[in-house]
Amino acid sequence: MTELSPARFSEQAAAALKDAALQRALGNMRIGFIEKRRKAADKLPEFEALRDEGVAIKNHTLAHLDLYLEAYEKKAVEAGGQVHWARDAGEARQIVLRICRDAGARTVTKGKSMIGEEMHLNPFLEANDIEPVETDLGEYIIQLRHETPSHIIAPAIHVNKDQVADAFREHHTALPPDRPLDEGPDLLAEARTELRERFIEADVGITGANFLIAETGSSIIVTNEGNGDLTQILPRVHIVLASLEKVVPTLEDATTLMRLLARSATGQEMSVYTTVSTGPRRAGDPDGPEEYHVILLDNGRSALYGTEFQEVFRCIRCGACLNHCPVYGAIGGHAYGTVYPGPIGKVLSPALMGIDKAGKLPNASSFCGRCEEVCPMRIPLPKLMRHWREEEYDRKLNPAAVRWGLGLWAWAVRRPALYRFGARFAIAGMAFLGRRRGHLKALPMAGGWTAHRNLPAPQGGTFHDLWRKRKSTRRRTDR
Amino acid sequence: MNSREAILGDLRQKLNRPADGGAGAQAVAERLSAHRRNLIPQRGQLDRAGRIDLFEDYAAGADATVARVSSAEAVPAAVADFLKAHNLPANLVRAPDADLDTVPWESQPTLTLEARKAEEPDAASVTAAFGAVAETGTLVLVSGDDSPTTLNFLPENHIVVLWADRISGDYEAQWSALRDRYGEGALPRTVNLVTGPSRSADIEQTIQLGAHGPRRLHIVIVDERP
Repeated sequence: MTELSPARFSEQAAAALKDAALQRALGNMRIGFIEKRRKAADKLPEFEALRDEGVAIKNHTLAHLDLYLEAYEKKAVEAGGQVHWARDAGEARQIVLRICRDAGARTVTKGKSMIGEEMHLNPFLEANDIEPVETDLGEYIIQLRHETPSHIIAPAIHVNKDQVADAFREHHTALPPDRPLDEGPDLLAEARTELRERFIEADVGITGANFLIAETGSSIIVTNEGNGDLTQILPRVHIVLASLEKVVPTLEDATTLMRLLARSATGQEMSVYTTVSTGPRRAGDPDGPEEYHVILLDNGRSALYGTEFQEVFRCIRCGACLNHCPVYGAIGGHAYGTVYPGPIGKVLSPALMGIDKAGKLPNASSFCGRCEEVCPMRIPLPKLMRHWREEEYDRKLNPAAVRWGLGLWAWAVRRPALYRFGARFAIAGMAFLGRRRGHLKALPMAGGWTAHRNLPAPQGGTFHDLWRKRKSTRRRTDR
Repeated sequence: MNSREAILGDLRQKLNRPADGGAGAQAVAERLSAHRRNLIPQRGQLDRAGRIDLFEDYAAGADATVARVSSAEAVPAAVADFLKAHNLPANLVRAPDADLDTVPWESQPTLTLEARKAEEPDAASVTAAFGAVAETGTLVLVSGDDSPTTLNFLPENHIVVLWADRISGDYEAQWSALRDRYGEGALPRTVNLVTGPSRSADIEQTIQLGAHGPRRLHIVIVDERP
């Protein structure tokens, strides 16, 4: 399999549209998430006001991020935790490796972590003879299939039941090959049993963090399965991977964000397990990890502070923008070729990888605005995508044809008389060509568009002409 | 320069922070010590009876089962009923919790209980809740020498005894109770907020219970303190 890349977005998207299994899987999500979120939001009259408060909490925290990180670190250390700072993914990987080596680790269980994905941690651990075991059911399925997550909260959303069964038969070779694996419960029970053994033999458990609490030095994870909890309470060492912007001031502030998170993500009132962890096990505690490490990863984020892109750091990774995105719904997550797919990925990926590498993504949007509408943190995703397009243009990264076309258009639009004349001429020409069928089957320079649909033939003149006519009619009626 | 200084230095510069932290440092210190409450949904702002009902509604909505008993004396029978209803063995592992000590377990001679942390293959556990939040039907469970966290996750069946007085309308009241117990800015190693039994929708977006944690969560609400 060729490695996925944002540079090949168009080809990957085209392939995704033709992938029958993927299209079958995406059919499962298109309605479910949207309807559930709407019901959950409607059930809480304060939902919109909570969104405003959530935005204010995050904006305040981001404006004082250095201070909150210092406060968080102080409390985490007081509670017996060890805090490590990493400028980039490579440094973070080395810290993980050092902790694992010190613990003599051979098996590492992992809770779902997007920061772990950003670090490309699994291949690195394998290369160093440490076996990473993903424990979130979706992550486990894609680990067996040698894939990356295609959704930030539902990593195996692109996989169908029969494909899960195939993966289990291939890897769980100690089990009878003719066992029934047709139904969801069979698959779940088998994964539970297989992973239970791995939980118990693991030396180190790695989780992400939904929030860090400056007030108490705690990390919070939110899961439905309980895998993150078994990952952190059974092994001797617990490592938390978190990006800088995960810190919030107080438990009360985290609570406001928690009231938004599950409702926006899955439409649940609350996810099943929200776990607040503070330091290692205490004297007298009968269980829990003896060591508690937190790795604070920057990975290009600090370069964006004080810029217009800072707003993206309000993101709480609920996935609502993916669930509501018509582009994501059509092609799934892998076509983006980046760790973070969907609208949030279109804004975050150019920041993390460079606009030169991920420039196609902010262009792959019709700006329908649904992502911004449902984002609990009111991140202006379309606006930020537009800013990336501007930056791409300023840095002369678009193809020559696009630059030439835009340049011509900009030249014409600054000359209103010429523009109107040109538009009238083009419209009349198109109306003439489409006069018989009422539509055009092909158009020069728009072959990509007309390859899939016909363009209705223009009727009744240009927009300017229609507008003028309408205004004069209204003036007459007003009188 | 180490990474910590590099990252913080970069942030300070971008955020125009003066060397002594300036007014920002004061604002941050004040916000942390005040831990003011933000907007609290009206939903849970009810009297005691209303809170208990709301908690039960939302816990049941999250697929937990709930039994209500008048006193600790009735807890063993409620536990035995639950085990019988699901054809489960009558041996349990329980938290060595002082409140659970007040439950007259011997009134149900078939039940055998061991007070310890959970291990494979324990089938059912009993723990006591620190508190609960009516707003979403959520239990608040804390770790400690009397409350091993493994009991909340390893067994397939988790029974939680919840004294009704500990049900608050909102999360904020629970944070205050935790501060009263553990001190300002301090928490036990683990605080578990639990809303229903474990589940996964990772296979074709269909919810199935019992992913890695308990398949069943049974809550016994005790109306009166012993």
